[in-house]
Amino acid sequence: MTLVRRRLTITPTVTVYLALAALLVIGSILVGANGGVLLDQSGILNILTRSTLLGLVAIGQTMVIVTGSLDLSVAYLAGLCSLVTAETMAGRTSMMVPGVLLALAVAAVVGLINGLVITVLKANAFIATLGVALILRGYLEHNYTGPAGSVPRAFQHLGYDRIGPVPVSALLVLLIGTAVWWFSRRTRTGYHLYAVGGDTEVARLSGVRTSRTIVTAHVLCASMAGLAGVLLAARLGSGAPYAGTDAGYDLESIAAAVLGGAVLTGGRGGVVGTIGGVLILATLDTVFDDLAVDPFLKDVVRGVVLVAAVALYARHRLSRRSS
Amino acid sequence: MNDVLVRLEGVTKSFLGVPVLRGIDLELRAGEVHALVGENGAGKSTLLKVLAGAHRPDAGRILVGDREVSFAAPRDAQAAGIAIIHQEFNLLPHRTVAENVYLGREPVRRGQVDRRAMTAGTQRLLEWMGEDGIEPDAEVARLPVARRQVVEIVKALSADAKVLAMDEPTAALAGSEVDRLCDLVRRLRERGIAILYVSHRLREVFELSQRITVLKDGAFVSCSPTEDLSPGELVRQMVGRPLGTLYPARDSDPGEVRLALRGAGNGRLRDLSFDVRAGEIVGLAGLQGSGRSAVARAIWGVEPFTSGVVELDGEPTTITGPRSAVRNGIGYVTEDRQGDGLALRQSVRDNALLVRRAALRGAAARRDSDLGSLLESVAVVARGPDQEVRYLSGGNQQKVVLGKWLAVSPRILIVDEPTRGIDVGAKQTVYRLLRKLAADGLAILMIASELPELLGMSDRILVLHNGAIAGELPAGTSEEAVMGLATGHGLGEV
Repeated sequence: MTLVRRRLTITPTVTVYLALAALLVIGSILVGANGGVLLDQSGILNILTRSTLLGLVAIGQTMVIVTGSLDLSVAYLAGLCSLVTAETMAGRTSMMVPGVLLALAVAAVVGLINGLVITVLKANAFIATLGVALILRGYLEHNYTGPAGSVPRAFQHLGYDRIGPVPVSALLVLLIGTAVWWFSRRTRTGYHLYAVGGDTEVARLSGVRTSRTIVTAHVLCASMAGLAGVLLAARLGSGAPYAGTDAGYDLESIAAAVLGGAVLTGGRGGVVGTIGGVLILATLDTVFDDLAVDPFLKDVVRGVVLVAAVALYARHRLSRRSS
Repeated sequence: MNDVLVRLEGVTKSFLGVPVLRGIDLELRAGEVHALVGENGAGKSTLLKVLAGAHRPDAGRILVGDREVSFAAPRDAQAAGIAIIHQEFNLLPHRTVAENVYLGREPVRRGQVDRRAMTAGTQRLLEWMGEDGIEPDAEVARLPVARRQVVEIVKALSADAKVLAMDEPTAALAGSEVDRLCDLVRRLRERGIAILYVSHRLREVFELSQRITVLKDGAFVSCSPTEDLSPGELVRQMVGRPLGTLYPARDSDPGEVRLALRGAGNGRLRDLSFDVRAGEIVGLAGLQGSGRSAVARAIWGVEPFTSGVVELDGEPTTITGPRSAVRNGIGYVTEDRQGDGLALRQSVRDNALLVRRAALRGAAARRDSDLGSLLESVAVVARGPDQEVRYLSGGNQQKVVLGKWLAVSPRILIVDEPTRGIDVGAKQTVYRLLRKLAADGLAILMIASELPELLGMSDRILVLHNGAIAGELPAGTSEEAVMGLATGHGLGEV
């Protein structure tokens, strides 16, 4: 009985994948009518490549959103970490591992700072991470005018190799996504992420260490952004200070998480839905590129999709509450 | 069988020099339901919080078994096997029953949460309690409200609670749900749990408890076996205090009917019919959860009536929301002064003119030449109209709220707990103000949980019970009569 009911329940996660399927169908028809093919080898490659980096950042972002927090520093952080990676490696194969580890360490420290500012100084997450973002921007603008450092050719394979139409980096993201999914849905800390986001006071009264949980989420989120920076370096061959902000990772990652069913007040959302959200955004971009649509119209459509999704989920929740 | 699990001795607690508990003794025994009764403000909630470790007593001892304990935090009380089932539910609505039950104590097996063990443990406790029909893997939001309480109890028991303190557990429940909860309480008692049952509903108290402790004004009145008490005797112990001279004399005669309800109802309220006349203060009495505030919210259109008719000055009127209520001349002084009534960081001026600016149009909305006389009429003491409201005392804040309504000259004023949290002097000013407003022709509907206040101020009292009017009492009635109706016992039994 319960099983049947659960299977029929249309959660945001289900909705987002239904929407993705519909989008792929409609996109294929539109592109087909224009004399192209959406889902050929290069089309799939295009969608997946677009999804990879944003996917990583958005997975991390989902974890902080689930706890009821937010991270606006991820875009600058990704740029910073691409520089750390490329400058540490400086073209040397021997420095590949240290470069990656150093970049991840820098990211983790920034995440720790975000988390501590929010929990210890009780700063609002929006403002706290915006402040950290500005600090990172100041550092980047003062020290860099353009790309710097270089990664060895061997490391670039991580950015460009693919198996059929599937980039190796996309497989890496899938692997990490699975790990984060397991962490958030199967471990105690993961349970506590959702509990803290659902109701901090209830969680505290039940014995959950709420501050530690929030800090953990921020470290995880920043590490994901740092890893995105590493992949950026692998893809571009050097560190790019503004690659993260040019791609709008901060707001796009939030948009993807929300498309996937996350709620900014916390407690709801998840990795699976977020990846669906990322794929939708990437597919939209690919379709528009194939159709050579005006980039301004592209943004308008993305905005409409986002607002429509949030309104749809809100309505869904309301109708459920009243039932 | 009847071991004493927890004993409180001489527990005393003051807040800001005001004694709230004065030397309370209480014994909770295994397999016994101990009822704790008293009027609003008698100290029941504070006592529960002391027991829960949320407040530290100033004096007195807490013994668990034979051991004296001191609770620094709720966690310590939980560790000692004491759990409080609160009125507001402490559950995460979007997590499953089992996830809520084990929150903060999730069993871990090979690095991951052992969901099977959580489900099984929850199922086992549900069966032990004799509660079927709750699926451990169901999301809490999908359970009916009444069933969520069961989840709270499971959560407490899974943490090995031996003592359950239930704070008004039936306040949010209706009819058959109440019986179901009472059955559950009996089963828990039979299984050796000690239960402290705080309730206003005397029927349940008499049905469930073996012993009753009465508190009044923070002091211990009595502790007797339930069989030795009659409902009438209990009510007499709970109330029975002389009315002060705090209240101004009634000097106005009621005029025309300003507000009339004819068979009005909605999800929470049933078949309400009453009038409020110009120049009259009508009191609305009832226990927590009886629907007092719901009446105000319904009249004001926040949660409108879905059946029946509301008449204003004899005209059937549909109030669709706060804006339409204001435009129809109804003011509403809400229960939560700081949350709903005032923009705390704005000036006295902006707060006093808030409703006028919002509800009126054109020059009338911009008028502020009468601000001085307006503030004077409600006797606000402030450094000036530009002082931020948050720096005023509670009493002066409340006067600003009244002023904000008077600025639009309403016909009807609903006041919900107008003197909550303000000192006696300010209370008296508010009482005089309300009486004067009535004398000037306003129709006032007053809600108050403190009975002496309601008796002192009202020209008539309507008593609510379970969302319906249980009866109407004249001015000068007794607290016993009000409590009788409010607890569902009727006049005859008191």
